Amino acid sequence: MCGQMHRGQKSEEHRLETLRETEVLVIGAGPAGIAAACSAAECGRRTIVLDDNPLPGGQIWRGKEDPNATKWLSRAQRAGVQMIHEAQVFAAMMNDTRVVMAETPDGLCAVRSPCIILATGARERFLPFPGWTLPGVTGAGGLQALVKGGLSIEGKRVVVAGSGALLPAVAAYLHEHGANVRLVAEQTSWLQLIAFGASLVLRPSVAMQGLGLIPQLLGIPYEAGCMVTAAHGEAKLISVTLRHGSRTWQVDCDYLACGYNLVPNLELPVLLGCAIANGYAAVDEWQESSLPGVYCAGELTGIGGVDRSLIEGQIAGYAAAGKQGKPKAQALWPQRQALCAYAERLDRAFALRDDLKALATPETIVCRCEDVRRAHLDALAPGSWRMAKLHTRCGMGACQGRICGPAMSFIHDWPMESTVSTRPPLFPVRMETLTAAGLTERTAEKTGEVNR
Amino acid sequence: MPIEPESRPIVLTVNGITVRVAMGATVAAAIAQAGVATWRRSPTGEPRAPLCGIGVCFQCCVSIDGRTNVRSCQVRCRNGMDVRTDA
Ligand SMILES: Cc1cc2nc3c(=O)[nH]c(=O)nc-3n(C[C@H](O)[C@H](O)[C@H](O)COP(=O)(O)OP(=O)(O)OC[C@H]3O[C@@H](n4cnc5c(N)ncnc54)[C@H](O)[C@@H]3O)c2cc1C
Ligand code: FES
Repeated sequence: MCGQMHRGQKSEEHRLETLRETEVLVIGAGPAGIAAACSAAECGRRTIVLDDNPLPGGQIWRGKEDPNATKWLSRAQRAGVQMIHEAQVFAAMMNDTRVVMAETPDGLCAVRSPCIILATGARERFLPFPGWTLPGVTGAGGLQALVKGGLSIEGKRVVVAGSGALLPAVAAYLHEHGANVRLVAEQTSWLQLIAFGASLVLRPSVAMQGLGLIPQLLGIPYEAGCMVTAAHGEAKLISVTLRHGSRTWQVDCDYLACGYNLVPNLELPVLLGCAIANGYAAVDEWQESSLPGVYCAGELTGIGGVDRSLIEGQIAGYAAAGKQGKPKAQALWPQRQALCAYAERLDRAFALRDDLKALATPETIVCRCEDVRRAHLDALAPGSWRMAKLHTRCGMGACQGRICGPAMSFIHDWPMESTVSTRPPLFPVRMETLTAAGLTERTAEKTGEVNR
Repeated sequence: MPIEPESRPIVLTVNGITVRVAMGATVAAAIAQAGVATWRRSPTGEPRAPLCGIGVCFQCCVSIDGRTNVRSCQVRCRNGMDVRTDA
């Protein structure tokens, strides 16, 4: 744990005491971050990992006994990696010295490191449709994460919907935990899936165990080319309307688990000043970003599942270790190439259909934090995310546009990176942490500018 | 499978209701277990509940031991916690 003895001390002392030094700093303890930390530490580099969760493992391994996770975590321990959990990175100084600042339950945790590996992963993309703000409507991976956190799903009726290779995995997980999964509704067509499915059979290790296959084996209907057009209920969800071609019908349910693929968590790379290309952090063959000494690995550079994140993490960690690690990094390039090609197929197979843009009606709330409705935005016809924020408060709430940004980017064809908010603090932090970090509101603005 | 009380060693209150949860459970899970459907109200008064499950959407914010706006999906239950939803 970070800082056991700081509580109650003066902020100036606090700041000095919490400043840690390391040679390689990894942000994110998912597969990419853990692999990066192992590789750097095994080459003799002093390595610290900061992650905002109580347990390591990122989205896939969280709260689950997984042999692969155990293998990597014990490797990290043997290599002497220092993991700091419940540490949420909210700001960074990228001047002569590089200092990253995180908030922990004990206050500020600041780490100085010449070399930084960003492995902050991805989140689900949510698209607005009538009723999507009702209690009971969650993400697909979102509901899975809630169940991993102890939410009881026993006997609940669930519709899993949206898009992506995650949906069948989520359906199977919920079924295993006692849910009555009524349907998996995948927006992409069978035609697109079949082109993709062929490659899955050839590469079972990369696949999430074969699309549609798991739900069907479990007796869960899997409908491709199908989407949820509305969620109904007063105080909470009671049913959803589905559409497949010209057919529409209603299904009663307690939960709608709906997410449309994943989008990278670009806030930190953008804050630090890393270049973004086509919606992902741009990196070279060593996973190094446009900023020398800052590497990006895993879902930040492309959505490709756990195997790709592990390989990219290792390459970044070895490369960050310098001369000694580089041959090891290079040896992994062919594997990465194959996994990236696979990820591109995945992107094409689950490309979002244009008619999803029209699901939100004028009355539909598009920004959940500030209750901005579509009609309000459409009336202004903003040409950019910036304009939308200025005139409607869309994206100005607590989530800082993490939910409505990717939705607006899809609906209006705005570049993903233009909807990334990067004003520190990246997350709301306690006043005493801000003070300890020397970040008043004014300096917060300044660091934001310096880094852009 | 019903969970036996001894495997739910953590006792806390949600809006004054006593709830027992398993070790490692999140506050969001405890709130659902207390039978609460609304975690908070949006600026125009609409009911809201968890969306992302991973700490990015802020729809699950509640008060914990007097601290407001805490993401309940990211906090693990501890004995004696006093959780208040915002509804
Ligand atoms: C909700 C959800 C559920 C998923 N479930 C599955 C599944 O069941 N099976 C599967 O194969 N794939 C799943 N995925 C896909 C998953 O993202 C990849 O398989 C894989 O975990 C990616 O690894 P990664 O290391 O790149 O990122 P991640 O695993 O996402 O790890 C990134 C880590 O960085 C942390 N982080 C981010 N920002 C900060 C910050 N500012 N400060 C501190 N820490 C930070 C995150 O909390 C996380 O722990 C899921 C994705 C999501 C979003
Ligand atoms: S459910 Fe999204 S932040 Fe908790």
